[in-house]
Amino acid sequence: MKNHTIIFNNPVYINETATIAGPKEGKGPLKNYYNNILENDLLKEKSYEKAEIKIHTSAIKQLLNRSNLTSKDIDCYFGGDLLDEIISSSFTMREIDGPFFGIYNACATFAEGLILASCLISGRLINRAVCSVSSHFATAERQYRNPLELGSQRTPLSQWTVTGGAAALLETSNKTNIAITYGTVGKVVDFGVTDANNMGAAMAPAALDTIMTHLGDTGRDVDYYDLIVTGDLGHAGSRLLITMAKSKGIDLTKNYNDCGVLIYNREAQKVEQGGSGPCCSGLVFCGYLYTKLKMGIYKKILLVPTGALLSKTSSLQKESIPGIAHALSIELV
Amino acid sequence: MMLDKEKQKEYLAEVRKEMPKTKHFSTMLKAFITGGLICCVGQSISLLIKHFFPEFDEKTVSGFTTMFMILITCVLTGFGIYDKIGSFGGAGSIIPITGFANSIVSPAIEHKREGIILGLCANMFSIAGPVIVFGISASILVGIIYLFI
Repeated sequence: MKNHTIIFNNPVYINETATIAGPKEGKGPLKNYYNNILENDLLKEKSYEKAEIKIHTSAIKQLLNRSNLTSKDIDCYFGGDLLDEIISSSFTMREIDGPFFGIYNACATFAEGLILASCLISGRLINRAVCSVSSHFATAERQYRNPLELGSQRTPLSQWTVTGGAAALLETSNKTNIAITYGTVGKVVDFGVTDANNMGAAMAPAALDTIMTHLGDTGRDVDYYDLIVTGDLGHAGSRLLITMAKSKGIDLTKNYNDCGVLIYNREAQKVEQGGSGPCCSGLVFCGYLYTKLKMGIYKKILLVPTGALLSKTSSLQKESIPGIAHALSIELV
Repeated sequence: MMLDKEKQKEYLAEVRKEMPKTKHFSTMLKAFITGGLICCVGQSISLLIKHFFPEFDEKTVSGFTTMFMILITCVLTGFGIYDKIGSFGGAGSIIPITGFANSIVSPAIEHKREGIILGLCANMFSIAGPVIVFGISASILVGIIYLFI
């Protein structure tokens, strides 16, 4: 480990991914990159929470099917989501026979899982791990905001929680040449933003901090990467990040994008600032970016999922919103 | 890492500069039109009641009108239409009695899975609760003042 960056000397291969996208995501610009698109986000269940659990379970089961493995072949599962006490992930694991770490870093959970799993795999402590995340628009709205049927207006700064599930299979052996080479663990950064609708502004400083730490620790340049992609800063948040980076002498105008921006058609789908939620970076990476890496269009990407670590209680008590971002260097080796 | 207060202010000023603002004119216009239309519907219901039941006095008519408006809102909320009106009209659909009805029905629908008593009934007033508290407190206060003058 160099400063905050873990170097995975033994490469950790991402050999398979599985994605399940919600109906709205399935109409977005990345629709051709998802394995499954749901027609209905309730899935004939009695509650949206149950539907999210079903989505999460199917993502993992599909991953195992696609890689011809059974649940017992996996040494460790890392899963997380947005709900209180991460019930979607924990309840998913009732159906799956395997050791499980439940993790939470809000929308940066996917990166947290990938880094933790990579540490164990690169250290040769385990051979195979599955990292999964899920989120659901209806469950997140209910937990953090208002009832779905309440006739209220969304602010221009709001973001749309992605409905879906994503899972990735990490292994020591190389069935593909896509590997995680570095992981930079982020700090909790709080710049005093108190508006719970303005997640982009709360998370942008964390993203910048992690990107700068990563570049400093690895001695790499911004141009080294084909793409630097943050998790869910949204349109305004990514603009803010570019401005802040410029003042620190980093030029992000050429090869930077944001998963929250990529996942929806902003105007047509009325999502204001774009997508958010742990599955935002999960779906975009496991669906779109993974396919692009497989095709060799991208060779080196820096994935920087961002998370806003607030709860409904903390925002009611007028606490500011701390942000976190982890960076993963994913390259063709 | 927590930024000190001075630098926080600088950052928040920068954020305000970068972030998009609410379009005040268009949202107010939409609210005006929506609110106006809801009132027109209310007025026409009231006229209809007067037409069919000429024996009703003014108070009874307004009572029935309010009931009809609440009923319509509850049905529209149940079918998922009122939230669309709300996202278009904003305060125009919140201020009339229909907005109040919607704020009671929507959490009730949302929480019915947690059971009738602890889910539906307990959460029914989670949004409208403060309005009722202030309404009751204000009327008690006015009542006391009225007693002495």
